[in-house]
Amino acid sequence: MGKHVNITIDGRSILAEEGRNLVEVARENGFFIPTLCYFDHIDPPLGTCRTCTCRINGKPGPACTEKVREGMMVEVNDSELSDIRKALVEMMFAEGNHFCPSCEKSGNCDLQHMGYELGIAISRFPHLFKDRLIDYNAKRMVLEHNRCIKCMRCVVDVVTDDGKRVFSYQNRGNETYVGIDYEQEAKLSRAQAVEAMNLCPTGAIMVRGESMGQPFGERKFDRNSIRPDYYDKQFKAKKRKGKLTKKTIATASLAGCFGCHMSMLDIDTDLLDLVELVSFDKSPITDIKNFSKQCDLGIIEGGCCNEENVETLRAFREKCDILVSVGECAIWGGLPAMRNTMSLGECLEEAFLNCVTNEEGNTVIPYDENLPKLLDKVYSCREIVKIDYFVPGCPPDAQHIWKAVRNLLWDENYSILYSEFKYD
Amino acid sequence: MLEMDSNYFDTFLQEPPRTKMLDRLWAFQKSKGYISDADVTTLAKKYDISEVEVEGVISFYHFFHRKPAGKYTIYLNKSMTSQIRGFSRILEAFKRETNAEVGSIDPTGTFGLFLTPCIGLSDQEPSALINFYPFTNLNSLKIREIITKLKKGVPVQDIYDKPKDNIQYTPEGKESIFFSDFKPGTAVAKLASLEPKGVIEALKQTNLAGRGGAFYPTWMKWQAAMDEKNTPKIVVCNADEGEPGTFKDRVLMNKVPETVIEGMIICAYTIGASFGLIYLRAEYTWLKHRLEEVLNKYREKGLLGKNCGEITGFDFDIRIQMGAGSYVCGEETALLESAEGKRGEPRTRWYYPVQRGYLQLPTVVNNVETFSVVTKVLDFGVDEILTYGVPKSPGTKIISASGDCNKPGIYEIEWGTTLKEMLELCGAKDPWFIDESGPSGTVLSMDDEDRPIAMFAELSSEQHIRCGGALTIFNKSRDIIDILLNYADFYKQESCGICTPCRAGNFIIERKLERIRGGLANKEDIDELKQWSVLMRTTSRCGLGKTATNSLLNALDKFEDYFNERIHVSEKTKNLKFDLEEATREYEHFKN
Repeated sequence: MGKHVNITIDGRSILAEEGRNLVEVARENGFFIPTLCYFDHIDPPLGTCRTCTCRINGKPGPACTEKVREGMMVEVNDSELSDIRKALVEMMFAEGNHFCPSCEKSGNCDLQHMGYELGIAISRFPHLFKDRLIDYNAKRMVLEHNRCIKCMRCVVDVVTDDGKRVFSYQNRGNETYVGIDYEQEAKLSRAQAVEAMNLCPTGAIMVRGESMGQPFGERKFDRNSIRPDYYDKQFKAKKRKGKLTKKTIATASLAGCFGCHMSMLDIDTDLLDLVELVSFDKSPITDIKNFSKQCDLGIIEGGCCNEENVETLRAFREKCDILVSVGECAIWGGLPAMRNTMSLGECLEEAFLNCVTNEEGNTVIPYDENLPKLLDKVYSCREIVKIDYFVPGCPPDAQHIWKAVRNLLWDENYSILYSEFKYD
Repeated sequence: MLEMDSNYFDTFLQEPPRTKMLDRLWAFQKSKGYISDADVTTLAKKYDISEVEVEGVISFYHFFHRKPAGKYTIYLNKSMTSQIRGFSRILEAFKRETNAEVGSIDPTGTFGLFLTPCIGLSDQEPSALINFYPFTNLNSLKIREIITKLKKGVPVQDIYDKPKDNIQYTPEGKESIFFSDFKPGTAVAKLASLEPKGVIEALKQTNLAGRGGAFYPTWMKWQAAMDEKNTPKIVVCNADEGEPGTFKDRVLMNKVPETVIEGMIICAYTIGASFGLIYLRAEYTWLKHRLEEVLNKYREKGLLGKNCGEITGFDFDIRIQMGAGSYVCGEETALLESAEGKRGEPRTRWYYPVQRGYLQLPTVVNNVETFSVVTKVLDFGVDEILTYGVPKSPGTKIISASGDCNKPGIYEIEWGTTLKEMLELCGAKDPWFIDESGPSGTVLSMDDEDRPIAMFAELSSEQHIRCGGALTIFNKSRDIIDILLNYADFYKQESCGICTPCRAGNFIIERKLERIRGGLANKEDIDELKQWSVLMRTTSRCGLGKTATNSLLNALDKFEDYFNERIHVSEKTKNLKFDLEEATREYEHFKN
């Protein structure tokens, strides 16, 4: 045992062994600090993801690159720092192409987990949709560059028995990616490859035949928060006021799959309450095509992939007092936005001209004045109109939607369970 | 000619073979214009590392190519000073004459045409490097001549432009601190009587602070290195002058390289180092020979090697390490990584270079100008230096002025000179948007003209300008958004790419600025730009990301009117501005 020193974290005095990593010490003492690149056995620490940014002796900096020393004053939980950490995780979602609903790692993904713990419903940053490759050339592994957050874990930690690195960063700047050495990868044992997959904080490193074993819903981060303060801080309950008056809702599915609408029906017996309390105006549920009046609440599923979507969305903004984006597609584009990494032309040619199932010599890209014109990419709703609230999920949990609706319309108490807050 | 004693380095410091990686890559690159698959395999075997690691090093530096880059590789500077001097015309001329497209070679493989950030010739733009020989003050006619000659087989070294030093100003009625005559060995001769503590004392009294722009007190750094027990110790000269618009180190190394090298010797003596390294940016390859000549001259005179300057037991020599095209390598820990033959990724501050620097040995890294001043402090004497400048910032400072001014070049001004005086000296024409210390420095407007350029404020109320060495002047005919987009593109490409806020942040900032240029931005976009800039500043891993948004933040603050004119004021409808015509333009191609 080394010498012990006194440090202060958020006003609390803590006795800790001198020279230990601050992240570890804070964690042991019940402070939640998000980390994505940190690994206790890597020295010096990587300090690449920056999500553990705290204030140390008055200066902001990552906790993981700090050694505990006498008199250290640490601030973790003030609104500014919490927002900084949240912003950094949001930045990763905006930078990569993270399609949780179609990811094998969903539920076991550290990045997704941090999103849940921090209550990230939407990234404040515009999604970049940079075109990235998927590398299938290695013997066992598939490298999904869309999901890589460049944390450096695999670069320093995955080595062959003869001491050679399997991964190395390539390029620099926004073109940086983690390259894999096929020759070295082939030398890894199956167990070593699986270990590399588990080391990856996202689904960037996948091992063929090993990625889907564990059922969704029973994975590491599916059920419970690791934050002792999760329910205290994440969703402040509002005060109930007044009696429940009947409200009008309108809904629309733009570039989506109607899955969010289906999910709304999953509130089971609460449907009976719903019928009592709500009347639907323009909505696929009622098949009312045009607004008959101003509505209290508009629920939008799906993003905008064509001009008709834009028009509908604008009408909703006009006619609804509160507008909510429900589901990943409405929030940031979701699965339809997979096309955003390539040009529209490339996409249409692949689908309508070059696709193997097309009849040869009889292919055409549809264009008609009666068809809504396609946009160059799929836009999120908030790029077109101001959106008031966002409910994540693909589809969002029925209870999540229903709680949000009750809160928005009748100011009802609500608290979203960790298990109801999902991106898939 | 006396060659460097090749055994010297082995005797005092066993550099692991891998430190030669960049040199080896350069040798491959020069021999055939690119690095082949076989070369990669060779190096991986030689250094016993995986091929992907070799590829990682190659792809980090933009002067290394994995495909043929032409018998003549042209790098045209795309920095802002080049842009305002006719970059696009020059680029067209190069394309026309060489038949090569940007980023590729012409069909015959003779010419490769590439763009590169600032090459340290902002006082003679537009300029380009051809096989790393400089060609300055380019125009279409000149390009035609150059390309015609090269096609006829005239060697590049016969036709390149030797860059002028353009020393426009030194303190009036006084001797120049930097450029006055200097006899090699004069400063070293004083070491024996001064002893290390005397050197530290002299630096302390003259308030010398790191001239690379961070202004960390030099004596403190040297003292810390002196106190380190671990040996051998290392002295590194940071000659990776990459900040766009800066070219002072170029002139120092060309005009008075002796003072730089002697400064390194003084440092070595003070901290007890036995090994020196000059990390020279590849853009200054044309200066390498000059430095080597001086190093040899110093060896001949016994000022380098064993018992330097006849000081018994003081053994010290210097080698030059060439960079390969990467701005971030100017960051000291990235520079050390690069010198070790790795990717130039900055280290964390888990250890400081004085504790664990080059090869984990105690290392002092200082800028070219800092070493030069050290020599002159000893040469002139402390009292003489204190007669220059202002009390808290004694001495002079070299400023590289460029952009919209009549006399671009080098200005050795006394600390305390105001911005207004400086602008008058260089004949600034209707200055409007002035960048101090390059894109990572601060933006000044004419509201700042009375502020003094100084290291430290004389009074606490004083708002001094802490200029690292560049003043880039733009007049009203330049569009601020173009300048900021040029910077954003620069940082987006030059970020080392390993920390999130810098790698993703610069990319995001660029997208946002494009919204402003496209007329889609509103007040919220401006607010977000500010918040995100602060986020990058607060959380980035090294100085690059921390300072990348400096110009942007200052510009948003000082040129508020400019931005207000460019944003669209939100209407009450909550509909955001969206360019439907633009968004459907691509689909219209499929109209039958």
